[in-house]
Amino acid sequence: MAASRLIDRRMGIFLAGLFVLTVAVPVGNLWIAGQPVPTYLVALIGKYLCYALLAVALDLVWGYCGILSLGHGAFFALGGYAMGMYLMREIGARGVYANPVLPDFMVFIGWKHLPWYWLGFDHFWLAAIMVVAVPGALAFVFGWFAFRSRVTGVYLSIITQAMTYALMLAFFRNEMGFGGNNGLTDFKDILGFDLASHETKVGLMMLSAVALAAGLLLARWITTSRLGKVLVCLRDAESRTRFLGYRVEHYKLFIFTVSAMMAGVAGALYVPQVGIINPSEFSTANSIEIVIWVALGGRGTLVGAALGAILVAGAKTLLTGWFPELWLFALGALFVLVTIALPNGVLGALEGGIGRLRRGTPTREAEA
Amino acid sequence: MKVTRRTLLGGIAAAATAPIMMPRFALAAEDTIKVGILHSLSGTMAISETTLKDVMLMLIAEQNAKGGVLGKKLEPVVVDPASNWPLFAEKARELISQDHCAVVFGCWTSVSRKSVLPVFKELDNILFYPVQYEGQESERNVFYTGAAPNQQAIPAVDYLMSADGGSVKRWVLEGTDYVYPRTTNKILEAYLKSKGVPAEDIMINYTPFSFSDWQTEVSKIKAFGSAGKKTAVVSTINGDANVPFYKELGNQGIKAEDIPVVAFSVGEEELAGLDTKPLVGHLAAWNYFESIKTPENTTFIDAWHKFTGNPKRVTNDPMEAHYIGFNMWVKAVEKAGTTKADAVIDALPGIKTPNLTGGVSEMLPNHHISKPVYIGEIREDGQFDVVWQTKGLVPGQPWSPYLPESKDLVSDWVTLKCGNYDTVKKVCLGTKA
Amino acid sequence: MTFVLRIVVVLLTLAGAQHAGAADFAKLVNALPHGSYHERADVVREIGKTGNPRAVEVLQALANDDLKVMADGTVVIVDDKTGAAVGAVEGASLGTPSADSLTRVRVNNMVRRAIRTATGMLTLRSPDPAKRLAAARDALRSASPDQIEALDAAIGAETDAGVKALLTEARAAAVLKTDAATTEKVAAIRLLEARGDEAARAALSPLATAKDPEIARAVTSALASIAETQRMWRLAQNVWYGLSLGSVLMLAAVGLAITFGVMGVINMAHGELVMLGAYTTFVVQQVIRADAPWLFGWSLAIAAPLAFVVAGAVGIAIERGIVRHLYGRPLETLLATWGVSLILQQAVRTIFGPDNRDVGNPGWMSGAFPLGQMQVTWNRLWILIFAFAVFAALLFVLKRTPIGLQMRAVTQNRAMAANMGIRTGRVDALTFGLGSAIAGLAGVALSQIDNVSPNLGQNYIVDSFMVVVFGGAGNIWGTMAGGFALGIANKFLEPFTGAVLGKIVILVGIILFIQKRPRGLFAVKGRAVEA
Repeated sequence: MAASRLIDRRMGIFLAGLFVLTVAVPVGNLWIAGQPVPTYLVALIGKYLCYALLAVALDLVWGYCGILSLGHGAFFALGGYAMGMYLMREIGARGVYANPVLPDFMVFIGWKHLPWYWLGFDHFWLAAIMVVAVPGALAFVFGWFAFRSRVTGVYLSIITQAMTYALMLAFFRNEMGFGGNNGLTDFKDILGFDLASHETKVGLMMLSAVALAAGLLLARWITTSRLGKVLVCLRDAESRTRFLGYRVEHYKLFIFTVSAMMAGVAGALYVPQVGIINPSEFSTANSIEIVIWVALGGRGTLVGAALGAILVAGAKTLLTGWFPELWLFALGALFVLVTIALPNGVLGALEGGIGRLRRGTPTREAEA
Repeated sequence: MKVTRRTLLGGIAAAATAPIMMPRFALAAEDTIKVGILHSLSGTMAISETTLKDVMLMLIAEQNAKGGVLGKKLEPVVVDPASNWPLFAEKARELISQDHCAVVFGCWTSVSRKSVLPVFKELDNILFYPVQYEGQESERNVFYTGAAPNQQAIPAVDYLMSADGGSVKRWVLEGTDYVYPRTTNKILEAYLKSKGVPAEDIMINYTPFSFSDWQTEVSKIKAFGSAGKKTAVVSTINGDANVPFYKELGNQGIKAEDIPVVAFSVGEEELAGLDTKPLVGHLAAWNYFESIKTPENTTFIDAWHKFTGNPKRVTNDPMEAHYIGFNMWVKAVEKAGTTKADAVIDALPGIKTPNLTGGVSEMLPNHHISKPVYIGEIREDGQFDVVWQTKGLVPGQPWSPYLPESKDLVSDWVTLKCGNYDTVKKVCLGTKA
Repeated sequence: MTFVLRIVVVLLTLAGAQHAGAADFAKLVNALPHGSYHERADVVREIGKTGNPRAVEVLQALANDDLKVMADGTVVIVDDKTGAAVGAVEGASLGTPSADSLTRVRVNNMVRRAIRTATGMLTLRSPDPAKRLAAARDALRSASPDQIEALDAAIGAETDAGVKALLTEARAAAVLKTDAATTEKVAAIRLLEARGDEAARAALSPLATAKDPEIARAVTSALASIAETQRMWRLAQNVWYGLSLGSVLMLAAVGLAITFGVMGVINMAHGELVMLGAYTTFVVQQVIRADAPWLFGWSLAIAAPLAFVVAGAVGIAIERGIVRHLYGRPLETLLATWGVSLILQQAVRTIFGPDNRDVGNPGWMSGAFPLGQMQVTWNRLWILIFAFAVFAALLFVLKRTPIGLQMRAVTQNRAMAANMGIRTGRVDALTFGLGSAIAGLAGVALSQIDNVSPNLGQNYIVDSFMVVVFGGAGNIWGTMAGGFALGIANKFLEPFTGAVLGKIVILVGIILFIQKRPRGLFAVKGRAVEA
């Protein structure tokens, strides 16, 4: 009973697809002769899956709690930086200046000692904790102030945007000790596995798939629980929920923090696969793009958000290669058309279409 | 019914991934040599990089008209990394492993180069990087055809310190807050101090990208410049922050005769977007100016105008860098008799090709090239008057001797096979001994 | 050649400048094309000293790149437009030689500086007081002992009090460089101290380490008093910079205050509408440059209404085509208008190219005027005035016209407004169009201080949203207050923290401020707010 509530048909199909992917890709890349799945595609899929997890994180707060965060890129990037710091320390004496402690960029700007906040990042476990702790703490502090002051709607959206913008400017500064505009790059290996090897890439991609599945299930579990009902309730009528005696800000704070941690995990998995983390991940445009994935896939559907991220990122990969001069027209038109023609996102349209084919009614969630 | 839906979703997934795996516009012409062009055509960097894509297309077309390379035609593969650094890495991987490019010409910003670096190392391919940069790097798979700091920044300061340059005594180092200005300014600061300039006569300022309100900064420069000593500004301001900077300078009445500004990122192309009358006399240091009269340059400019169909399109320094880099690559491929990356990488050092200013540039064992350095003053028509030039060609030096952390390092990919060899410890740093 | 030149210079110096005759002038002018820049600058100084009536013309031609050498070695002045040449030495017409046969005499900054000083000395007695003032200012800036004689003569003959004061100060600056008696120098120091500006500081600073203790003391105290004066003026200057930045922020945001603040449409294409205004200015200027150069001074006046129409029309098209379908789903307007902004950006990039376009400043928009010891740049001043004018006009439309009344009615209660017979669809389109059109006007102003490139809009969109939200969405007074508050705060922070950190502090400030006042500076009150 519990399982079926957790995994509805839509979730089941998506997870099944994800499972097929995590099996087919390694087999195709590593074991079948001729490599029908090139390594290039493995890295690409891994990246998409991280985006998908990030989209699920945003859908959790936006789709179910009505908090339109225009700063989720910040949590993603912070998770990425935490992982990047570990990967930098892991390079050790193999950097160009062969300094066993300081990463290259610190030698480069003439620092003599490791700043305190870099201490301990040579241990993977600490980095792993920081990946969720830093975004979580920022979300908690930010949310604690914002929700207690009852900042809502566009005001909240804009101050989340201000947050990520301020972080971007801060990380651009070389004095911050995060590599400035160049960010953290040139990673060698993770836990002793060579990042350039096919096996590591496949492993990271599989890990991303597992993380996405876990993220989806966690989000689904939260939203189908009693807590989730309160969330939807406060999304649709915040004052009324408050008058019913619920501490609205506690619910919001909880979900915002969980979502930020999920975004942090997505960022941490993203960085070793793309090989760079730099302040442009904090840019406001990136955070807006996340919102667009969710809206395009179908807000408040979780699976739709993941699908939207994969579709848009995939479209970008294809279009920038096929029509390098014109792809922005296509992408822009896509956004416009989807909003007008598919108000429930791609997933909504898909299910609506199937529903009409079956002359049945759309699923309950699709109407919500 | 479940089956229907699964097939539907599966079909969508297949439809979405299938094209990624297909080579772009399968021309089925296997006997071409593919040349990747990795320059942003949208986003913030499109402003500078689009021209480089065009010049590469022109050079490839010209080479094909001459019969191609090794009897094969060259085929350009253009992608748009959209000024997005992780996308640069993704597109580099696509160019190398999907399109099987023999060589890639691309990148502008340091961060984009840093982003694609691991990809080129992993897949063992060749990148030609055409922009002046901060140095402190020398990789086996990268050939740096832009200026290293010793080919741009230091000669410019030397000129300003000379009698002809105005015997400047006081310095403002004004830059955008990122790695290139930071490093260049650090090198310059060390260099100026080594020339006896006291610390209180050096002011260093940084501003964010795309900074547009220069009122405070310019008045700061003005105040700093009124201490009774000849003052100059060394500008490493990047890209689109330059236009409002120069406009503010002009409006606040800072003339080149009083406080000259020497810029390392302002060339003909940037000036094309400006009313240059108030800027006459401000300087730029480059390895090439469109106004330099040589037969090679005239031919190049004519071909460029014909190719773009626009007789007003200007040429600039990074374009020349691509011109040199492309010709070097062609020669190296012909010398090696193959386009295989390892063979070409080994063949490149020692290759000499004429540059556009009358000299012959050589690819050095450290993967940088030798170039002349010119100092130009802005003219009313947006071109530059060369007011000073180095006697001969200056060899590029990736590791600055003025910085303590790099003064002992050298790069030599021919005999030492190392990009960062420590001459004191006698080891190639970063490799496990 | 260099050696010969040196001899010429030395001989003439020995002969004494006053006695240099026409022959010497000819010799000097003919020596100009030769030698290094350094030597060329020496020759320029000598030409200045000859006092020859043609000296000013020759030197100015040299500065303007109009001095050329013909194939036979004759130095000529060539008119830029007609190509007609006159002999540099005697001024006789020499016809119109072909451009190929002429070599330009090149100058660099050092030579230009020498020219400025030399012509300054020559124009000290010019009949035009403006020229004399400029000459006096040059003399102050490049004070040197050998100017004293000329300055004394000029002071004696001067009738204009302002020019005379400046000349006296220039003389004082020159005296400081001589080995005059201590008392004379101290008097000069006092004179410059009273002037109290940066030019005075530049003249005094080198003497701070003078051997004579009395002079050193006087200079130190003078410099301290100048620093004090400067500090006061810097405060005023910061206020002015802040107002100017505020006016830019307000202009960029006020259109958004309507589409976003009043209508609730998260219009991500707002920045691109600003960009369209800037490109309209560019196109207008291109047409004027090609067909009617005399109109250039009016180019902005022509561009403003056109930008209003262009951006407004695009805005109405966006509203009718897209936003109309999304009322009641405000957040989805974000998605659609983001798509529109990508399309507009790429369209402009395709049509005009990705690089910056040159939008010129008409004469009345360039340069600066001194206000006390502040420099007020004309373009910033006009933009401030323009911003207020736009704001006033907007306020008038909203509060005093029937259409404004309808706009307010529709945004406050759509259903009731419809019941009262207002055609809400038409009003929506017009409101969105008005907001967009004002964005276009902002573009005209921004084209004067910033890049005109496809990225223009992106640089302002975030700031615009901050301003509107900080001020309180739905209240255009709030937008004005928000713009100026953020502008001034930014400019006061910048000198202490630097530009980057200053901006971060401002952003954090906004976040904290919103905690205190969750509806912005000027919150709209009432039940409708929650909806």
